[in-house]
Formats: sequence, structure tokens, C-alpha cells
Amino acid sequence: MLLLPCPWCGLREEVEFRYGGQAGIAYPADPDALSDEEWADYLFMRDNPKGPFAERWYHVHGCRRWFNLVRDTATNELLAEGR
Amino acid sequence: MPGPGPGRRLASGGAIDRTRTLGFTFDGREYAGLEGDTLASALLANGLAGGFQSPLLGRPRGVMSAGPEEPCAFVEVSAPWFDLLAPATMLRLVDGLAAIPRTGVGRLPPPDASAVAARPRHAHVETLVVGGGVAGLRAAREAAGRGDRVLLLDERSWLGGTARSFEQVEGRPAWEWVEETAAALRSTPDVTLLTEAAALGLYDAGYAVIHERSRPVEHLWRVRATRVVLATGAHERPVAFAGNDRPGVMLSGAVLTYLDRFGVLPAERAVVWVANDAGYATARALRAAGAEVVAVVDARREGEAAAQDQARADGLEVLAGAVIVATDAATGSGHVSGAFAVGPDGQRIRLDAELLAVSGGWNPVVQLHRAIGGGLRYDPARACFVPDGGPAWLSATGAAAGEVPAAEPVWHIAAGDGDSSALSTSLSEHFVDLQRDQTVSDVAEALDAGLRSVEHIKRVTHIGTAADQGRTSGTLAAEIVNQLLGADPGAQGPTGARPPWAPLPYHVLAGPFRGRLFDPVRETPIHPWHVAHGAVFENVGQWKRPWYFPREGESMEEAVLRECAAARDGVALMDASTLGKIEVVGPDAATFLDRMYTNAISTLPVGRLRYGVMLGLDGMVFDDGVAMRLAADRYLVTTTTGNAAAVLDRFEEWLQTEWPELRCWATSVTEQWATIAVVGPLAREVLWAAGTDVDVSTAAFPFMAWRDGTVAGVPARVTRVSFSGSLAFEVNIASWHGLQVWEALYAAGQPFGLTVYGTEAMHVLRAEKAFPIVGQDTDGTVTADDLGMSWIVNLRKGDFVGRRSLRRADLTRPNRKQLVGLLPQDTAALIPEGAQLIDPGSVGASPPVPMRGHVTSSYRSAALGRTFALALLEAGRQRHGDTVFAFDARLTEPIAATVADPVFYDPEGARRDG
Repeated sequence: MLLLPCPWCGLREEVEFRYGGQAGIAYPADPDALSDEEWADYLFMRDNPKGPFAERWYHVHGCRRWFNLVRDTATNELLAEGR
Repeated sequence: MPGPGPGRRLASGGAIDRTRTLGFTFDGREYAGLEGDTLASALLANGLAGGFQSPLLGRPRGVMSAGPEEPCAFVEVSAPWFDLLAPATMLRLVDGLAAIPRTGVGRLPPPDASAVAARPRHAHVETLVVGGGVAGLRAAREAAGRGDRVLLLDERSWLGGTARSFEQVEGRPAWEWVEETAAALRSTPDVTLLTEAAALGLYDAGYAVIHERSRPVEHLWRVRATRVVLATGAHERPVAFAGNDRPGVMLSGAVLTYLDRFGVLPAERAVVWVANDAGYATARALRAAGAEVVAVVDARREGEAAAQDQARADGLEVLAGAVIVATDAATGSGHVSGAFAVGPDGQRIRLDAELLAVSGGWNPVVQLHRAIGGGLRYDPARACFVPDGGPAWLSATGAAAGEVPAAEPVWHIAAGDGDSSALSTSLSEHFVDLQRDQTVSDVAEALDAGLRSVEHIKRVTHIGTAADQGRTSGTLAAEIVNQLLGADPGAQGPTGARPPWAPLPYHVLAGPFRGRLFDPVRETPIHPWHVAHGAVFENVGQWKRPWYFPREGESMEEAVLRECAAARDGVALMDASTLGKIEVVGPDAATFLDRMYTNAISTLPVGRLRYGVMLGLDGMVFDDGVAMRLAADRYLVTTTTGNAAAVLDRFEEWLQTEWPELRCWATSVTEQWATIAVVGPLAREVLWAAGTDVDVSTAAFPFMAWRDGTVAGVPARVTRVSFSGSLAFEVNIASWHGLQVWEALYAAGQPFGLTVYGTEAMHVLRAEKAFPIVGQDTDGTVTADDLGMSWIVNLRKGDFVGRRSLRRADLTRPNRKQLVGLLPQDTAALIPEGAQLIDPGSVGASPPVPMRGHVTSSYRSAALGRTFALALLEAGRQRHGDTVFAFDARLTEPIAATVADPVFYDPEGARRDG
């Protein structure tokens, strides 16, 4: 079970968190301007690398804040923390 | 039943207490053992070398090991506690123990058998040491010396592992060193030593789960450690030869343990077969105990090992460069009576013996290391796999790290070696996994079928998948595969390992979290009244909600029809407190809610309510509810009972991750409010009778408005909102006033025939109006338009979540399933919810036939005097008046139904004003 660094609460057990998938996928500024393909890409397509991966976590059973992490998906090593 | 066997208790030696006799039963017969025994040592001391049976083939089996690697001697314990599956080698003997050999498929414990309680424990330490042998104790001492909090555990009932009484550690007799070191550790603050505790698995960041088999209360430990040291030792490896599974064939280290620790001699006449030096100690100990050592058969060639000449100098017979190819057995018991050795000259020699002690080498116990992603490296000198790389917090020490004796790689004896007409040496008696009854022949068969990977071969043969988790068979199977494929030793390693590493009873996993503690139960403030008035409850998420309130002798159907009629024609009360309630507050609250809901919430005046629908980004209906504007910068929104947490999470996600610039905060207030729905044409009369300063007249209090005031003397917020289509007021009071106000309204309503109703009547009433229930009439593939609610989607107000998806081709295709009403043509026929809808032409046709839709809600209606249903039907809005058939496995024949507009009751909306 991972030990995750919540920026507000410190290291906490993984069971306190909910996974939020890939980080850095911003909601498009003007969704109407996107083609169906571009919208589908935003909606459904995510990276799935073996190695460093920027991802979102939600401290749902704690402070209820979202934050970002960079985690190596092969080793579970935490490489960077963010808010 | 085995007869008297060859084993006996020695007059002296061992770590047992000869003055303390313990009575036990095995397979229904009474025996005596000693304090300090395991069940296995007590069985051997009583001459019970066998007594077990292999699960698949029914071959006689006996105790093979003295530890957790035991593949044969599994028992079921019925007293003094129940244990479905325990290796006799790991079971500390206690007075009154009752065990039977575990054969074949296990049985569930009798209902009253879970006398052993299980509790969770948690620990945080700097150093966790798995294994309490000499290496583990040293690691713990070192960690304690630098001030660490330390937890050390061992799965056996003693510390010291396989340290022998005659060995020296740091210049002290080994057992004294163990005792002194353990005592020093125990007296160190923040150092805990556990015995009979097995590490089931290691997980990320030094997390470990441990099963402590303490009785009568077992513990499941969850430990977070900065460092984990594996001092798990090594398991001795058998060799696959013909008849290597017979009672009397034992691992050589196990024989030494029985002699040294338990003072038990397994048999008077023994052959020791070794591929390393370790077995020589067994031969010496056997002879010291008075046994005849017929020969030490050493797979290494003459002169390859100094141990050979030393043994000869001590008067032991050594056959160098020889292997054991087979055993034979006494008739009846199946117990070994002799072993066949083949020397360098190819001559086959029969050696009389009731005990064959085998040492094929030593496998470091690396499964916990592997399961967390640690790698392995083959060590050719020791013929074993050793840990190589892994998480930074994990290390290994002692035998687990590869400090095991050098060994000649001997895996299996080829077919035909030492062949004789008197002796079967087919590979089908060369056992690899004794618990799964799998042989070299089975491995060869898998290879013949084209399999090459040990992982695939494992899944075909099931080698390594039994309760012993392949402790003796894993490396052996991999090396036999390597050998049969002509590859080098170590070309393929053993298969992957996964937790749990030791059998874990489910009751330990569950611990105290069963029955009332299985899941939290949420009750409304009015719950005690519902209980006192005979409510039948249903679970809605974690909530207990009254389902219906049957009167004496009334069926559910009768009760629900009565409750519905009261809400339509008289007056009725419902506890709506479970409704999710979220306050959304801040200068940008209106902007935020406009982006979350499909319709405009910002234009809602203070004092009014508006129904709203939320979509997922994919355009599908996510939740619905009512938004109430309390002030310019303050809303209260309601959610579906089961979706309250999900809606709040969604608000938080968008506010925090996409629009942090919005000055807006969301807070759950579900449990701060009790909500009572007063429903029916006489609702006003009841409010007046209960006493209220709110003007509830139609003129003063329009539909979809709220007013603050008092009800029954208590501050209340009254809303005019209706989930039934009847005139209704919802009285919101502080939760601690909920029961009081409910009782006041109930008493005030009695002259008007007030009835209470539950969720089933609520469902019927809303379905008569085609008010959908998210999650019942929708399933994540349904749009607002599919529900006939395109009026709720405001495409002109600006962007909102899900808006862009509404233009996707799949969401605009004409044959989408749409919400319709169904009127069964037999007005008494009730279609089961979930039933599929088929065309009339499909009735009687052989399947598959096109599925046109399905029934989402189906009830008997008091107002309609008949049954009706809601359904999702392909292009349903164009099919009003058509006949469709509903069918599923619960029906004997399809039910014909007419497709109709889903709003069955008061389509003009005249009844909502009373």
C-alpha cells in the first residue's frame, strides 16, 4: 500500500485517497470549437506509460484536497510532489 | 490406519519438557505428547510416520518436513479451536488438541465453530524483521542498538529457527545465545518479538500484513516499517525420484530438527541422501541417537567434498557419486522399507531403511521479496536462486540472502536409471508437488503440449498453487523444466509469488468487522419512530429507509396501495431526511452552478427553487435534484440519496482542479437537516393543525418556493416541492428537532386520516408522474433527452459540464432508447423490473431476437387501478400506441404491453396545488 504525501496532511495511507488519473489534462477553453475527434481525445484518451507518470490524487478521506504527483508506474517510486 | 510406526521419543535432549504431558487426539485416537512439541513431532514420537493421504491420488503420505514448507501433513483442528487447514509441523501442541488428517476437499466449519476471535493490530516501526532465527535476531539487535522501534516475527512457536543445540554462535552455545539475545531484545523499549506469526505479504513503502496465530484471539497485524529485513531462512529442497513421496522419506534438515529440538527419532534405520554437506550433520545425529545409518549417499563424486572423508573417518558408510533412484515400501502402510542407490559403476544397490533423509540443496525463502517486485539471480555454486535487487527499503540477511551450503544441482532422476522389472521407475512416480500430486511426468506432458514458460506450466499442472504455495516444489519444478528443455540450471526461475504467503482464514481477514460492524449504518433522526411503528426497512446505500409500513395482516402490496392512495386523496407523511444536501456558498456560487447543471441556476430568485440535472462529461445524466437560493451568494442543492457523496466530490474536483479562481465553497449539510414531506390534498390542513406561522395558502406560497418560519413551535424552512405530483410541503428542521416535529405532524394529522409512507410508495407515486430515479431509470448511458427532458437542457446559457458531448453522433442518433410508459394489456400483470422488450414478431421465434429495450420501473398503481411500468425503448417516443412484449427468465410467457406517454397521473399538473 502506497504512502502518499498529501501537501496538506503529510504522508498518509493509500486507502485515504482516490486516484484521479493522468494530471495536466485541462478542460478545453472552448469545447464547442473542438471536432468530435478532438473532444473524444480529451474525454477518453489517456497515457499509460511504464515509468514516470504525472497523476492526480484526491485526499477524499482526509482534507478533501486534490494534488499532483509524479510516480514511476513500474516501481511505485514517488519522484515529485505538487499541489 | 497406520500401525505402530518406527519412531520413538529419545530419553534425553531437545527443547521439550518431559515432565509435562499433553493429551491429544489424532484421527479419533488418543495420544500423549509433551510441552514443546508440534503436532508433527508428537505424531512421530508416537510412531505415526504416516496417517496422511495425498488429495488427488490417495497415496499414503507422512510428515516430510518440520516447518512451514510441509506439503503433506495437513490437518483440520476441531478442538480447542477450529482450524480448517493447518500444517501439523506448525501446530504447537496444546492439551486437548483434536485433529484429523485433511484429505480431499475441505469442509466449511460448523456455524458455531468460530470460537477463535480475530482482531486487527497496527504497528509503526523503523525496522521489521521477518524471521526469528540467528540472522533475524542479529538484525533486530542491530536495529534496536541504533534506537529503532523493532518488530520481529517468526512463524514457528520458538525463536532460533534451525539453530542446533550443538552449534556455537558468537562463542556461545547456539540455544543459549538465542535465549540471551531474545531476552535482551524483550527488555528493550519499543522492541516486540512475535512467534507463531507469519508475514503474509509485503506491499509498497514497507507495508506488511502479518497473521499472528495466538490463541484464543488471533491478530491480523498491519505494519508500516521504514526498513524490512528478510531473515526468512532457507527451505530444504527434495529430489524427484520414484517413490519420493512415501511416508518415511523426509527432508534431512527436518530429521535433524526432530532429533535435536524434539528428542524424536523418526526411525531406527536410515539412509541419508545428500547433494551438499548439510546432510552429514543429520547422519551423525541419527547415529548419536542410536539409529543405524545404513549409508550416506552423496551425489557429489568421490573426493569432491571433504565431508565424505570426514564422515568415513567417523565410521559412516559413504557412497560417493551415487543417487537414490527409487524407494520400495512395506505392504499395507506404504511406509518406506528400502531405497535403491545407483553408484558411479551403474550398479543398483538396495539399502534397507525405514527412513530416507534427503537433501537436494537449500532454497533461500525469497517469495516475500519476489512478490514486492524483487529480482532473483541463480547462484550456480549453491544451485539456488538468491535475491537480486528490489525496493530500497527491503533487504535480506542470512540464509534468505543466499548464505546456504554449496550444492550439486540434482533435480530429478531420469527415467530408466536403475530400471528393474521389480521396480517401477516411470516418471509418474517422481513427485514434484506432493500436495497437488504432480510428477515429472506431468511436467513432461505440459512440455510435450508445447508449453515452455514455467508460468504456463504452473497453470496447467497447478504445481505451486496448493496451500504450501510451492515451498518445496517451486524451484524444483523450474529446474526440471530447464533440464527437460536442455537449458542451463537457472535459465528459468521459479514462478512469481503473490500474497498471502501462508494460509489465511477468512475470519481473520474479517476480524471484528462483521454483522453490525460490517458497514456503517446511517439512520435518520426519525428512525426510532419508524422502528416503533413497524416499518419494513430497505437499504439505500448505507441508509436504512422505511420501505413500507404494513398494518396488522397487510401484505406489502396492500400496504403500498393504501399509502399511495393517502398521498393522492388525503394526506401522508414521508421521512425524506436522507436526501443529499449541499450548501454552495460564495460570490461565484451562481456561476459555478450554471456550469454544473444543464439549466440556468443563476437566474433563480432568492426564495425560489429550481429542478436541475447534472451530466457527466460524456453527456449522460449523472444526478438530479433541486437547487434552492437562500441568498445571492448561497444555494442549497439536493441530490439523490445514494449520490450525495459523489456529487460533493464532483463539485470539489471542478472547483479545485479546473476553476480555482471561482470564489465558491461546497459543504455537505445532509445530516444537519431532517426533512419531512407532508403530501396530499390535505397537507395544508395538517400544517395548520400542527401550528405554523408560514402562510401556506396557494396565493402566498407558490410552487417551487421556500419560506422560513416555525412549524410545531420549531424553526423550520418549508419548501413547496413535490416528488409525487400531489400537493406537498417539505418541512426542513434541524436534525435534533426531526423526531419532535414528525411526531407533532403525525398527531396533528390524525383527524385527517394521515398515513405514513415509505420508499416503495414514493417510487410508485413518482413513476406515475414519470419522474426518473437516477440509477434506476438511468444507467450511465441515458441522456436528458432520452428521458424526455430536453426542456431541462439550456444550450443558450453558456457552457456546462457535458454540453459538448450532446453533439456527439451517438447522442443524436434517432434510434436511441427513450423513456416510455408501458401499460400491460392484462391490467393485473406486473412486469418484472429488468425485463427485456421484444417486438411482437419475435414472440415464439427462436433466439436470439432483437432486444428493443428494457423495463426500468414497474408497479401497481392505486390511482390508475392497474399495473404500469416505465421502460427505455428504442425510438420509444415514436411508438406510443404500439404493442411490445416484455420477457425474462422470471416469466413463463411474455407480457403484452401498450407503449404510452410515461406521465400517467395528472399530466396537466393540476394536483400539485391541492
